[in-house]
Amino acid sequence: MTDIPTREWLLSDAPQTRAQARLGAIYQGWLTFRANKLAMFGLIILVLLLLMAIFAPWLAPKDPFAQDLAGRLKPPSAANWLGTDALGRDILSRLIYGSRITLFIVGTVALVAPVIGLFVGTVAGFAGGWVDQVLMRITDIFLAFPKLILALAFVAALGPGIGNAVLALAITSWPPYARLARAETLTIRNADYIAAARLQGAGPLRLLIGHVWPLCISSMIVRVALDMAGIILSAAGLGFLGLGAQPPMPEWGAMISDGRTYILDFWWVAAMPGMAIFIVSLAFNLLGDGLRDVLDPKGAKE
Amino acid sequence: MLNIDHLDVWFGDPPERVDAVKSAGFTVAQGESFGLVGESGSGKSTILRAITGLIGTWSGLIEVDGEKVSGQHRSRAFHKTVQMVFQDPYASLHPRHSVDRVLSETLHLQGMDQIDARITRLLDSVGLGKGFRFRYPHQLSGGQRQRVAIARALAAEPRLLLLDEPTSALDVSVQAEILNLLTDLRRERGLTYVMVSHDLAVVAHMCDRLAVMRGGEIVEVMEAARLRAGDPASDYARALLAASAGFAREGAPG
Repeated sequence: MTDIPTREWLLSDAPQTRAQARLGAIYQGWLTFRANKLAMFGLIILVLLLLMAIFAPWLAPKDPFAQDLAGRLKPPSAANWLGTDALGRDILSRLIYGSRITLFIVGTVALVAPVIGLFVGTVAGFAGGWVDQVLMRITDIFLAFPKLILALAFVAALGPGIGNAVLALAITSWPPYARLARAETLTIRNADYIAAARLQGAGPLRLLIGHVWPLCISSMIVRVALDMAGIILSAAGLGFLGLGAQPPMPEWGAMISDGRTYILDFWWVAAMPGMAIFIVSLAFNLLGDGLRDVLDPKGAKE
Repeated sequence: MLNIDHLDVWFGDPPERVDAVKSAGFTVAQGESFGLVGESGSGKSTILRAITGLIGTWSGLIEVDGEKVSGQHRSRAFHKTVQMVFQDPYASLHPRHSVDRVLSETLHLQGMDQIDARITRLLDSVGLGKGFRFRYPHQLSGGQRQRVAIARALAAEPRLLLLDEPTSALDVSVQAEILNLLTDLRRERGLTYVMVSHDLAVVAHMCDRLAVMRGGEIVEVMEAARLRAGDPASDYARALLAASAGFAREGAPG
């Protein structure tokens, strides 16, 4: 009964308050997102991943660090659902704890890289002239290196470890965001609504933060969600090369690396974390697709 | 109110320099409504953009309310005196800002107090009710958007309003509404208008005097009465009038 008035209140064409207008816009977006079944599927997986990370100590059947050399390299069974690794540790428990590390890496990189990119890109696009030239040439220099190799160099310089791996990934993944933000800014900066705000006496900082950023952020979010898979894979790659998370941390990439030696005889040791990476990457891609429907200003809406 | 003399506006550097306006000059008295007409690319809108500082590459004299302006920088007082309504209401409102946000930010920038009450009054004065206050541009029609844009321009309580083809992006019935609104506002507030248009009928209806432009130069400045009488002095203005009249006759049989 109460559902219908709420829905109408949210979808009202003539909202009465600021809050109603904002909630209405969010609800509108949610409806668009919900219509995309695959995106919902991706969202559900990611919510499950999040819950898994939060409740890892209760969900994991065994201690992820407990070694059992007598029971090493056991295939999946009732006792160890996904088998055990070379030190007899339960792979399922390690995967569950590893989700925390994955979320930490992905979350931090997703917070740092786009913010740097947004800042550099919009400032370059908005200021133009020599500021643009300097910032974009720096971006070009970063883009000229292969991402993983540059990250490797950073980690090698800073020392291996999960924190440095995240930092290296963030430092190497901002240039595409800067490019994107600059391109968006160039289309926005000569728009009439910017000119109109300028005529009201709005300063460059206000224009940048209040007018340019809101229009760039949506495409950034979409891009981040679509890049997430790549970030997970890069982090896994660093882990695989031994430069990310250090043993005995159950990082998924490092787990694959551990299983490499036995891949032909004991396939599950490498395959299970591989599956986990695959599923999470896929979920982020699906989510990004749905977000694009909702957020992309160049979408079908107008 | 507005005095322009020997105004040159150009884009780009030699050898690709394009002279958009060449030695234009006219004056607009306080309370007057002045029209700028001409075909596309004749430099009408460029003059407005040079006045407001949106284009920096100009030389000559621009004097607003007795004060000379220079380059692209404009003082706070200038923004309070001069405002502009843009041609395309679909492009002149920020797609992510609600009407409320647009107006409150404008009022805040102009250093106004009682922002809440002022927004209600502004929306009222352009014929939009309270129901429109929290809408986003995509929830408004073209005419409603242009009303919001006019409200934004009026927020600072300017005395000179520059109108850059304010109705050309709207369909005919809405055009009449907006023109009437502009006429009413001018009467109520004693505004001075400079109106750019390629539509001679609109200018003849709205303006007291007008300048005819061609290829960046002002060909003729005349009273609107002469335009209405169909008796301009220059050949080009006559040709322009004939062209638009011929079109009108074809469009409206009987």
